Amino acid sequence: MTAVYKRELRSYLTSMTGYLFIFFILLLTGIYFSAYQLDIAYPKFEYTLSAMTFVFLICVPILTMRTLAEERKQKTDQLLLTSPVSVGKIIMGKYLALVTVFAVPMAIICFYPLVMSKFGDISFGTAYTAVLGFFLLGCANLAIGVFISSLTESQVIAAVLTFVLLFAFFMMNGISSFFSEGSLSTCITFGLLILAVSIIIYSMIKNFVISALVCVIGEVILAAVYMINSSFFAGGIQKVLQIFNLSGHFDNFANGIFDINGIVYYLSVIAVCVFLTVQSIVKRRWN
Amino acid sequence: MIEVKNLVKKYGDHTAVDHLSFQIEKGKIYGFLGPNGAGKSTTMNMITGYIASTEGTVSIDGHDILEEPEKAKKCIGYLPEQPPLYFDMTVLEYMKFAADLKKIPKDKKKSMIEEVMDMVKITDMKNRLIKNLSKGYRQRVGLAQAILGYPEVIILDEPTVGLDPKQIIEIRDLIKSLKQKHTVILSSHILSEVSAVCDYVLIISHGKLVASDTPDNLSRLAAGANNINLLVKGEKDIIRQHLLGIPGVKDITIDKKAGTEGWNITVSTEENIDIREDVFYKMAENHCPILEMQSRKVSLEEIFLELTEEENYDSSL
Repeated sequence: MTAVYKRELRSYLTSMTGYLFIFFILLLTGIYFSAYQLDIAYPKFEYTLSAMTFVFLICVPILTMRTLAEERKQKTDQLLLTSPVSVGKIIMGKYLALVTVFAVPMAIICFYPLVMSKFGDISFGTAYTAVLGFFLLGCANLAIGVFISSLTESQVIAAVLTFVLLFAFFMMNGISSFFSEGSLSTCITFGLLILAVSIIIYSMIKNFVISALVCVIGEVILAAVYMINSSFFAGGIQKVLQIFNLSGHFDNFANGIFDINGIVYYLSVIAVCVFLTVQSIVKRRWN
Repeated sequence: MIEVKNLVKKYGDHTAVDHLSFQIEKGKIYGFLGPNGAGKSTTMNMITGYIASTEGTVSIDGHDILEEPEKAKKCIGYLPEQPPLYFDMTVLEYMKFAADLKKIPKDKKKSMIEEVMDMVKITDMKNRLIKNLSKGYRQRVGLAQAILGYPEVIILDEPTVGLDPKQIIEIRDLIKSLKQKHTVILSSHILSEVSAVCDYVLIISHGKLVASDTPDNLSRLAAGANNINLLVKGEKDIIRQHLLGIPGVKDITIDKKAGTEGWNITVSTEENIDIREDVFYKMAENHCPILEMQSRKVSLEEIFLELTEEENYDSSL
């Protein structure tokens, strides 16, 4: 794992991408810092951070696009996958290298509240809670980027897909307001989802009976639950979509709340993405 | 050492490797021979655990590649068809990275890297970026990576592709010298390479093993009978009669050679019998001068073509 970690880290720091990533985050922090803190003299640094969560939409795809896509294209994954290192460790090594690169601008950002404290009273607690939240948000975004990069061998596709996905997550509040909160419409949406899932299952395993069975059982359970307690579905789509609202979970941190829920949420996102990445690499061997 | 049982790999409806079984013993050089697309690389990728088989098992030193991958992979050094090089690293950095991946102890790492780089003659290039190396040197760096850690089995997929003739000879000598400590499996579609380097040849066609034996045995097997080509002057019937009288002769074909007085004759004999002297004396007795005599040994190339073409013929039926 350390071998992969060291190689990745060196590669980010000897090529443009790592510096570009660090530069961009610091540039935006600087711009927002001078706007909010230097210009208006607003004492809350967390406000600056919460205004610039969109930075990940641009930075993360740049950094993560080549992580696994490039290995596959250059066939260097043959070296990694035939060496006596498990896939999990390879992915962890790569992911930790990304986190380390991200930790560089975060370490510099940590100095901002200290600079501010020279000029007045500021609450370190809330400021650093926001920094922690921002770091976790970034790490979760990076994990998603790594997963997308494992799906394709084209860096461009990986970058675009990551951007689209992160953008959708970023806009999740707006997206969920498109859907009606009524029970019946929610139930119908879920019904359609089950149908879509069974079609996907059919296209993957080519077994009509099993996919039909999944579809029928799913729809029956759905209908039964709706008959028994229709209010169960009220606002259901919003609840589900909220799971994907990455930056939404940052709000509590930005308000200075040390949110254990949020920490657990981000760590779970990271764990799920790393797990899915490992699975997608392992699965590819069977194709 | 390596045991491959009933290996099958299917890509959709296409069967790339079809129930392949063989065993590989220690201390020999094995050659995988087959035309392009015969399934050589796929088989090697399955042995090294890069891709999984649809059916069948591969076990290396008793460790199943899918069940105990780390133990099994530790015994293998692999040079894939396209050397797995990181272009943004220097040769030395790459070698260090490969050594770390293979978990070579820190105290041995430096000396081992130097040794291996000397073996494949890339020491002069150690501070160059791999991006700037020529194809031949890249191939050598890949080879160095495979040898690094001195694994028991070294698997090389077309190791001499892209090298110049001098380099090819050097690499072949290197591979031969590896035999003392390692088992080597190499694949190639170049016949002379396999017959020059390998102790044992596995000929693969359409994912199936069509023949496996030593190069010498294979030639003998395919020859079935040795052939002698003759150009003889004289009466056709007398020549035929006397040639058939020689013990060991199985069959004769006689054609008139255009523009000369002689006859083109092909004599096929039973295995391991040299009738050249008998032919000479018999013809001399009968005043039929021999203008040319050629003993034809069947080359590996002909066996290869014969075996792989037969396969084509069968599958087209």
